[in-house]
Amino acid sequence: MSEPVLSVRDLVVEIPTRHGVLRPVDGVSYDIAAGEILGVVGESGAGKSMTGNAVIGLLDRPARIASGEVLLQGQPIHQLQGAALRKLRGRHMGMIFQDPLTSLNPLLTVGDQLTETIQEHLDLSASQAHERAIAALDEVGIPAARQRIDSYPHEFSGGMRQRVVIALALCAEPELIIADEPTTALDVSVQAQIIALLRRLCRERGVAVMLVTHDMGVIAEAADRVAVMYAGRLAELGPVREVVTQARHPYTAGLMASTPVASQGQKRLRQIPGAMPRLDAVPAGCAFHPRCERAQARCRQAPGPTLQACDGRAACWFPITHEQEATL
Amino acid sequence: MLAYIIRRVAQSILVLLVTGFVAFSMFSFVGDPVENMLGQERTQADVDRLRGQLGLDQPFVVQYAKFLQQAAQGNFGLSYRQGREVSAILAERLPATLELAFVSGLLALGGGIGFGILTAIRRRGISSNVIMTLSLVGVSLPTFLIGILLIYVFSVELGWLPSFGRGEVVDLGWWTTGFLTVSGLKALVLPAITLGLYQMTLIMRLVRTEMMEVLRMDYIRFARARGLRERSINFRHALRNTLVPVITITGLQLGSIIAFAIITETVFQWPGVGLLFINAVQFVDIPVMAAYLMMISVMFVGINLIVDLLYFAIDPRLRVDGKAGGH
Ligand SMILES: Nc1ncnc2c1ncn2[C@@H]1O[C@H](COP(=O)(O)OP(=O)(O)OP(=O)(O)O)[C@@H](O)[C@H]1O
Ligand SMILES: [Mg+2]
Repeated sequence: MSEPVLSVRDLVVEIPTRHGVLRPVDGVSYDIAAGEILGVVGESGAGKSMTGNAVIGLLDRPARIASGEVLLQGQPIHQLQGAALRKLRGRHMGMIFQDPLTSLNPLLTVGDQLTETIQEHLDLSASQAHERAIAALDEVGIPAARQRIDSYPHEFSGGMRQRVVIALALCAEPELIIADEPTTALDVSVQAQIIALLRRLCRERGVAVMLVTHDMGVIAEAADRVAVMYAGRLAELGPVREVVTQARHPYTAGLMASTPVASQGQKRLRQIPGAMPRLDAVPAGCAFHPRCERAQARCRQAPGPTLQACDGRAACWFPITHEQEATL
Repeated sequence: MLAYIIRRVAQSILVLLVTGFVAFSMFSFVGDPVENMLGQERTQADVDRLRGQLGLDQPFVVQYAKFLQQAAQGNFGLSYRQGREVSAILAERLPATLELAFVSGLLALGGGIGFGILTAIRRRGISSNVIMTLSLVGVSLPTFLIGILLIYVFSVELGWLPSFGRGEVVDLGWWTTGFLTVSGLKALVLPAITLGLYQMTLIMRLVRTEMMEVLRMDYIRFARARGLRERSINFRHALRNTLVPVITITGLQLGSIIAFAIITETVFQWPGVGLLFINAVQFVDIPVMAAYLMMISVMFVGINLIVDLLYFAIDPRLRVDGKAGGH
């Protein structure tokens, strides 16, 4: 396989506070290849958004990348600042936010916002940029794009607005898109369309997509591989079908058992007992051990398991084994 | 939108009718002007003649109707004190006040928006902190004190700028202006600062708060994520959204500049309508007071209307005129 579009290596994000340094992202590593969708799941507060923001360089102060590397097409970008970083954003990596109602500037037409972005990154005349903006709207499925280009955001429905947001994120043809819960704020009926659109654009253009979501249905639908995050660390990382049906990490298994889509055959949903630790009270060893049925002495000792130290897929000293796997 | 404008105009007329009533009531309830106008040596015949001349012998309602009718034509009768047409006196004094208000308004608006943006963008910078601290002084010191302090420093101690009056003015026939002479411009500096400072600090604090709010919005984050330049983010994206809520307050502030001019004009003996009003109060010159009141309220109402229309110009969401598709 060719070089991945995005490589994240041992990424650590720290937030200095009065009561000590918090680590919302703690040693995360993953790759995303061109044309691939990596789903990122985990409970609220697991560090999914932080990871995405760190990659694109939009961490809010005082959060900062403390160590690790972010490589975009092989080039390290985690130390870039100012204009160098700004030129990458939009042109080589884009971001899609959760709420299309608030992602668009209400006082500028969608055409203004598109052409501004296009002209910022590509050397095009105003009329060329205008044509390109129309093409971008057309590509994301806005009907009558030529007429709608002078409309203001409030003249579009929620689903259409999210299409406009996607057009904006993709109009300068970045190789990487980080989509942070792009469908959470939308009607259920529209969600599937937006996911299908993302999938299509990813395939057609060979864009690498990091898709953050709470929705296992979305993951099962769209993602090629899935990363499960827990307390700022990767719990499991693997091809989506294997992770969903044959979870190795007890946390993943618990997560699947508690979501309707992944646990179809099951009679009722099971919750994992307890709650994810707060950032200022992450236990030593495996962060999940207080909630884990399989925990043993080794799980309580620092340092905790990492993907690399374990079997490469689940960060667990005692992963769940599946019989079918043995026969594969 | 048209219906909205019509409704606003109707409201404005109602407001003017009410202030008109208040202005008119002063004639009946505040002092007896005839006593003031004729000295000790008066006969009952003199009094009656003057009452008739001024229309004071007619019934209340007739007087009110007549007052409204005359006021609508800009006719407020004769000044009790000067015995001349009030409208002529006002017209003579108005340029001084309007020029002062214009310069102060410009100062307040320019300084307020400029410093507001600066302190919002460089929240932690030294310049921001200095400006914010000074602005506290601006809001908390009363206008007359600021005026006196400025006079003390720049007129008495340094002797750079005049402490009273308009300086030399050029008479254009219908307008006298201080903009065309050096002494006229110099004379404007201190009163304009005194009058504009309070408004400037208010506008600045408002712009700053709104701008910091807007800079936290998702669409600003999204604009950053698209690699737009800071300049475009701050001015094209953030400032416009900041201005929507700022416009109302700012409009009202500018209106109050003309009203507040009374104090500044008194401190600097500025020959405008504010000073005229203060002198009129001392003399119970009711026609001048009433005319001043009406003039100020017309200005306030007018500014309010303009502000409402500006809203439509800036915020497309309010322009619901059938063009919208969607939904
Ligand atoms: N300024 C801050 N100070 C302290 N903690 C912070 C700060 N900002 C974020 N956090 C913490 O960082 C952790 C990671 O947040 P993040 O937004 O990445 O979670 P998430 O996985 O995206 O959750 P969600 O699904 O709710 O979006 C959270 O526990 C959050 O409380
Ligand atoms: Mg999040």
